[in-house]
Amino acid sequence: MATAHGGTSARTSQTKRPRRTRGTAATPSRTPAAAHDLDLLRQMLLIRRFEERCVELYSAAAIRGFVHLYIGEEAVAVGVHQALDERDAVVSTYREHGHALARRVPPEAVMAEMYGKATGCSHGRGGSMHLFDGDRRFYGGNAIVGGGLPLAAGLALADRMRGESRVTCCFFGDGAFAEGEFHETANLAALWGLPVLFVCENNLYAMGTALAREHAQTDLAMRAASYGMAAWAVDGMDVHAVEKAARGAVESIRAGNGPHFLEMRTYRFRAHSMYDPDRYRPKNEIEEWKRHDPVTGLADGMRAAGLLDDAALKALDQDVMEEIDRAVRAAEQAPEEAAEDLLLHVTGRPEEAPS
Amino acid sequence: MSTRTRPRAHPDDGTTTYREALREGLREALASDDRVFLMGEDVGRYGGCFGVSLGLLEEFGPDRIRDTPLSESAFVGAGIGAALAGMRPVVEIMTVNFSLLALDQILNNAATLRHMSGGQLGVPLVIRMTTGAGRQLAAQHSHSLEGWYAHIPGLRVLAPATVDDARHVLAAALADPDPVLLFEHGSLYNAAGMLDPAVHDVHLDRAAVRREGTDVTIVAYGGCVSKALEAAEAMAGEGISAEVVDLRTLRPLDDATIVGSVLRTHRAVVVDEGWRSGSLSAEIESRIYEQAFFDLDAPVERVCSAEVPIPYARRLEEAALPQPADIVAAAHRVVS
Ligand SMILES: Cc1ncc(C[n+]2csc(CCOP(=O)(O)OP(=O)(O)O)c2C)c(N)n1
Repeated sequence: MATAHGGTSARTSQTKRPRRTRGTAATPSRTPAAAHDLDLLRQMLLIRRFEERCVELYSAAAIRGFVHLYIGEEAVAVGVHQALDERDAVVSTYREHGHALARRVPPEAVMAEMYGKATGCSHGRGGSMHLFDGDRRFYGGNAIVGGGLPLAAGLALADRMRGESRVTCCFFGDGAFAEGEFHETANLAALWGLPVLFVCENNLYAMGTALAREHAQTDLAMRAASYGMAAWAVDGMDVHAVEKAARGAVESIRAGNGPHFLEMRTYRFRAHSMYDPDRYRPKNEIEEWKRHDPVTGLADGMRAAGLLDDAALKALDQDVMEEIDRAVRAAEQAPEEAAEDLLLHVTGRPEEAPS
Repeated sequence: MSTRTRPRAHPDDGTTTYREALREGLREALASDDRVFLMGEDVGRYGGCFGVSLGLLEEFGPDRIRDTPLSESAFVGAGIGAALAGMRPVVEIMTVNFSLLALDQILNNAATLRHMSGGQLGVPLVIRMTTGAGRQLAAQHSHSLEGWYAHIPGLRVLAPATVDDARHVLAAALADPDPVLLFEHGSLYNAAGMLDPAVHDVHLDRAAVRREGTDVTIVAYGGCVSKALEAAEAMAGEGISAEVVDLRTLRPLDDATIVGSVLRTHRAVVVDEGWRSGSLSAEIESRIYEQAFFDLDAPVERVCSAEVPIPYARRLEEAALPQPADIVAAAHRVVS
């Protein structure tokens, strides 16, 4: 499933997404594998339903600003996070609801931030594009394409200098791959052997620009490999494939093998942002990719393996929806940040400094 | 662009150069805190393109005196990431001109993360860079853009002008919980002075009155402080008593010291090596008008660089930059 690029390049295959069916156990629903799949499904469903709710709230003008949906790409965030633990750091983009939720930032805190409330995970200063959670080492929420990449190198450098076996995972898109930021950071991380996991979410478009119109060479994993790091292309619609590749990469990074690169071949089912009329993608292309929906894909696989039935799925969905309902209610009732607090959080010691 | 001079092993006249003072500050910071490390282009093996970090690689090793590739954005951003993770990086950018390649990281990340995260994330990072003209390096090595950085909330911007400030500024900058930009004027590195043994630290929130006077306040910073002092000295011969205020911190501005001085002298000249249009000098002048308008005996004068990219030819470069004679002429206009 994953195609390796070690230093010298091999041509990566075009994305294939064969259905996976997992081995059927005797009492499937009680095995650890079954519980794990159920957890994966719940997390992906949480991201999906959370964002669908965001669409409604946006239409109702309850939330504003630029909102970029992750729908279709859930397997990437959830799969990668299986390989990370609390000590690791995550650097993200403006399309980060999924990353934040997979990082276990509470849905209430994310939703309150969408509302710009005081209880939001960035205390109303960030909104959809700037979710942060210092305690969970979730470092944004960056709306400059590629802007988070150097930070990831620095977080990893700090770990490296202190001898910590932590990994910094950085999510970014195929558009960001064209920025100097990626190339400077890839070189620096490989040169210094930094523990960075580069996760490129190749959803084939940078806003309206198709991959082949932004890259002279569209095989991104191969290009990343040219910096001297292990690089793989992965079916980003298959959460198991993502998890497997991420586990392998993180294990190797922890073993001291320097940065690794995963090109996640994925697709966003919605427009770039809420403002985007999405005129640049053929309808049949979207329909074709929707047949590989990572959420229904996993659910169908579980069903085929006898791990899930309609009733169980319905119950799971119900449970997720209730969690989101609670988050929305809490966000609506949460206090606004006081206007007198406007100048808070600009410097660490505002009281001492003359203006 | 290298104007590297070997440090004097044993200065026999008891003086210290600005370069040596900066190095002493770095050495002290590295020795006293394991979290501190220096990174930048040629800071290690080469010794720093202006010789500031010469010898530190041998003393502290390549992990902490870290040569980087030519990747301003990546290594400044890496400094931000390392600071987020609890280190105390000191990043050197060869000159302010090249810092523009890292402007996104400085403005959109370093200055902004604390606010955007609702106060959760601080970036205790120090960025050192050279600024200014006067060495015939032509436009792309000579600009004074520190005023641009002083525009940005979330940053602290410092411009040490004396050997004492150069010696102690780094410790103060490292103690700040926020990103601090340190502008070292290129023409100062070889300037030497006696270190004052009584001075042990720098007050980052306070400008310094370098010379007291009663007739006119000259506000200057960085490489222009010595020019302001020279002008004041020349005017003393004519019976004009000029006070020289060294801003030291360009953001936040110490209005109290600036305006306090103007309230005593009733006249002001602002000296800024940046261009006049939209400059720091405009901000300072405006604050003087806002806070001391009715105490002024004359309109405030400004002495800035000519509105041209700084030229190479010596005569042209000199003509483009604020010179002591220009400061004297401006002072005459406000005093007469
Ligand atoms: C430096 C910069 N340039 C342009 C933009 C405008 N912009 C926002 S998202 C985007 C496309 C990025 O595409 P990609 O990196 O593939 O991520 P995706 O949106 O597909 O997840 C652009 C051009 C920006 N935010 N920052």
